Amino acid sequence: MAEIKTDRILVRFGELSNKGKNRNLFVRQLIQNLKYQLSNYPDIRYRNQFDRIMIELNGADSDEVLERARHVFGIRSLSPVVVTPMDFKLINEACLELMKQEKVGTFKVDTNRKDKTLNFKSNDLNLSVAKTILSQTEHRVDVHNPDIRIRIDVDAEKASIAVKTVLGAQGFPIGVGGKALLLLSGGIDSPVAGYYTMKRGVEIECIHFAAPPYTTIQALDKVKQLAEKLCVYQPRIKLHVVPFTEIQLEIYKKAHPAYTVVLMRRVMMKIAERVMHEHKMLALVSGESLGQVASQTLQSMASIQDAMDGLILRPLLTFDKNDIIDVAKKINTYETSILPYEDCCTIFSVTNPITKPKLKIVLLEEAKCELDELIEVAYKSIETTEIRYHQETYL
Amino acid sequence: MHTNPIYFDHASSTPVHPEVLKSLSELSAVHYANSESLHEAGLSIQTMMRKSREAIASLLGVLATDITFTSGATESNNILIKGIAFAYQHKGKHLITTSVEHSSVLESFQDLEKFFGFEVTYLPVDNEGRIKGEDLKKAIRSDTIFVSIMAVNNEIGTIMPIQECAQIIHSHSQAIFHVDGVQALGKIDLNLSTIDCASFSAHKINGVKGSGIIVKKRNVQCHPLITGGSQEEGLRPGTPNAIHHILFAKTLRLALNQDKSLIKSIKSYLVDEFNQMDGIVINSPMSGCSDHILNISCLKVSSQIMLNWLNQHRIYVSAMATCLNRDAQPSHVLEAMGFEGNRLNGVIRISIGYTNTMEEAKTLISIIKEGIVKYGRD
Repeated sequence: MAEIKTDRILVRFGELSNKGKNRNLFVRQLIQNLKYQLSNYPDIRYRNQFDRIMIELNGADSDEVLERARHVFGIRSLSPVVVTPMDFKLINEACLELMKQEKVGTFKVDTNRKDKTLNFKSNDLNLSVAKTILSQTEHRVDVHNPDIRIRIDVDAEKASIAVKTVLGAQGFPIGVGGKALLLLSGGIDSPVAGYYTMKRGVEIECIHFAAPPYTTIQALDKVKQLAEKLCVYQPRIKLHVVPFTEIQLEIYKKAHPAYTVVLMRRVMMKIAERVMHEHKMLALVSGESLGQVASQTLQSMASIQDAMDGLILRPLLTFDKNDIIDVAKKINTYETSILPYEDCCTIFSVTNPITKPKLKIVLLEEAKCELDELIEVAYKSIETTEIRYHQETYL
Repeated sequence: MHTNPIYFDHASSTPVHPEVLKSLSELSAVHYANSESLHEAGLSIQTMMRKSREAIASLLGVLATDITFTSGATESNNILIKGIAFAYQHKGKHLITTSVEHSSVLESFQDLEKFFGFEVTYLPVDNEGRIKGEDLKKAIRSDTIFVSIMAVNNEIGTIMPIQECAQIIHSHSQAIFHVDGVQALGKIDLNLSTIDCASFSAHKINGVKGSGIIVKKRNVQCHPLITGGSQEEGLRPGTPNAIHHILFAKTLRLALNQDKSLIKSIKSYLVDEFNQMDGIVINSPMSGCSDHILNISCLKVSSQIMLNWLNQHRIYVSAMATCLNRDAQPSHVLEAMGFEGNRLNGVIRISIGYTNTMEEAKTLISIIKEGIVKYGRD
């Protein structure tokens, strides 16, 4: 018998099903994001079928499309769909072939006749398919709680069969929630914070503080690699790289060593906030997790946040490190994050940073440094690149 | 006479795919730095190697960290077989392989026997060149640490029951399972999830020579044969042949996407023709055989004569594996399959690639027929 080929992919929505008036907006954004992620496949067509989207592959490789679409936020689940002519024998063959590829378990057949004038009842097809599968595989029937639900949509000409269901990325389509600026250090936490922000429908840009020649091009490359990993979710990500060396040297020269980290973070916030406003973003995103390091105690956070007025999101605030690592592994950033290149914080690190800084003293220490002009210069020297998910010509 | 040479020796090596060739010249012109250098010229090569590694891993369904670049499959086989035997010798010194492996596998095992005190069981094959699961099961001992089985035989194309072997090995021993996948890559589906390590080569799949890979799962220990640097995680130190390695990804992608229907029809045409020819027997099995290899014996003309005759007509085939046929030993594969006499002396391996045409196959048949008439002796 002929090889079974997936013709379509059925996309089911996640939370956006209950979005009322905004729903259309969300679905449009989701289709746009899918189109963007799948721009390598120009023949693909998208049909908005109210409560779901049908991707018509038109020859595109279904495994590849599924793998890409699996990472698009706003999707609850996806199913490859096989289309056969409306013929009991062919439908049976296709279902059998598809079920042979599944792990042995329980199943149920669900036929839906769109055309009620067809000369058979839905249950006739259910029984026929179930009989074929029962007689030729180890699968068993369970109509109440099946492992696999075989869905067959039939009309006069054809039948669409869906067997496998793949979990989608959940969340909201990126873009429906505005834009935010992620502080991307190169560590384990910030990419995870970016992931969670994007998952809630927020588009991100990234900002990174580099201290060449103290930090290497490998360290910067690592940050670019991390941004590239996040491109699985958002195909284009802007990365703003701030030259931070002069500012750090000034702080380390003049301020009390215990306060340098807090002061440095304050300057980062100031610069990030300016970038955020200039590019019409609504919030900063940081990978801070309460108590993880000296600069992430409540007292430190308060002293650092004092340097800015805007909104700052901390998606990982209450996460344990191990939980963050689990997610980093899941989103494939962990291995890159642990590459041993030093970032600007580790190079200038001090042995005894203050864990409970008092704002009054922080401000006094800051006043010792002449930062305004250096901040201005750094801001003007920001280099922005766009990180993209794309097929290299040599691959 | 046909004007262009007719190349039916794709199991020995293949023409480089035009797209690979294009990338080769583009990359070579610009990227000459050492991939290990810390400046940007080095970094950009390292980045390309990383992306190539990731692409290969995703095409093969493994992790990027599982991929090691080598100079080719002979090196891959040597590194894995000897390196893993060394790393696990404290657990036992018994190894298993088959009697029909490629010389780079067989001779690695022979070295381990001769110089390092290992004991090797060489599994027999049936008359189709295939090992039996039960023989493998019987051969496994408590001190068996390593098993190596090829996925597709390079001389006759027989597909080995790799998944069955994996199941037997993993349920009856702690042994590491290695697969020489050179002739399988791009030809048959090979599920690497049940395999601990495998060897592959680029030039057998229309890539460049001097480039191969090792796929080795992270938990598998392997002592490097060459020491002196941390390249490739220390498993294969020395400045890597970066550009060639970078191109492995593209080579593999093209090979996996290649339409194989013509190769299939050429083979079935050849099989039909040979079946009708007097004095020709087909050695390749009719089922469970890769489409790109067809091994026959001319009962009336020796390999040497037929090879030369075809060569005069600029038709290129092999008498047996090219790595061996300079010394006139009979094929160890066909011997292991139990063949003797004229069947051994008249062996011809025809191996088909995507550049071959049906016209070429027809020419091959007519020249072989002519050769048999001219030089055939009963």
